[in-house]
Amino acid sequence: MSATIEKVSIIISKGSLEGIYPGLIMANGARMEGIEANVFFTFFGLDAINRAKHEHVRVATVGNPGLHLATWAGAIPGVSALVTRQLAREMEKLDIPPIPEFVEMIADSGAGLYACKASVDLFKLSGEDFIPQVRDIITVGEFYGQAAGGEIIFT
Amino acid sequence: MNTVTLAGATVEVDAEGFLVQPEQWNERMAEEIARANGIEALTDRHWQVISFMRNTYLQTGSAPSVRSLGKTSGVPIKELYELFPKGPSKLAAKIGGIPKPRGCI
Repeated sequence: MSATIEKVSIIISKGSLEGIYPGLIMANGARMEGIEANVFFTFFGLDAINRAKHEHVRVATVGNPGLHLATWAGAIPGVSALVTRQLAREMEKLDIPPIPEFVEMIADSGAGLYACKASVDLFKLSGEDFIPQVRDIITVGEFYGQAAGGEIIFT
Repeated sequence: MNTVTLAGATVEVDAEGFLVQPEQWNERMAEEIARANGIEALTDRHWQVISFMRNTYLQTGSAPSVRSLGKTSGVPIKELYELFPKGPSKLAAKIGGIPKPRGCI
């Protein structure tokens, strides 16, 4: 092992369960390896740090071919909640925390959590809407400043 | 397999310097491994984590995740990263003479 990664900045842009977890796992995994990490939440990815929504993130059961579930079946009320519960149970067995706990864990690990200003304005949100671990609401330019000298991962 | 000399004894290590045979480890080696990895002195709090990691590994065959370290070792996650800035589970395993944890969480 000669080349090493010293810093990563991860963008989470989607609000489904399967859209949010990969970025969180990458961020947490980076910190576990001693790699500096920032997480930038944008668009529906903001749900992961929204105090009213972060406990209610669900698997997309419509328009998600990976589930191999007929579109009409995925649209039945309650199916999304059911699939989400099943997945959450399986994840708990693997010691993968629920999103609110996971985000807090990542903040405690020293990673910086940031909300995207354009999305915050678009959805008419403010700092009050986010969990206290969010360090700041920043512009794209400020994000690039934070990300300087490291790798950027878009999810 | 590589071998290195730690605290006067020759031990087998993997490519990243983790001990291959936990029974070859002793506490004097821990201090040496810690210094080589940027931790000048091991405090009681470091030892609490290292002992917990090592005992869990010896009892169950796998090392705890950072999440369960935070919940059950008695040292919260924030402090874990202050004690082991280069990664709590990885570094505590290395210092405690057990193989590198392979969990993703």
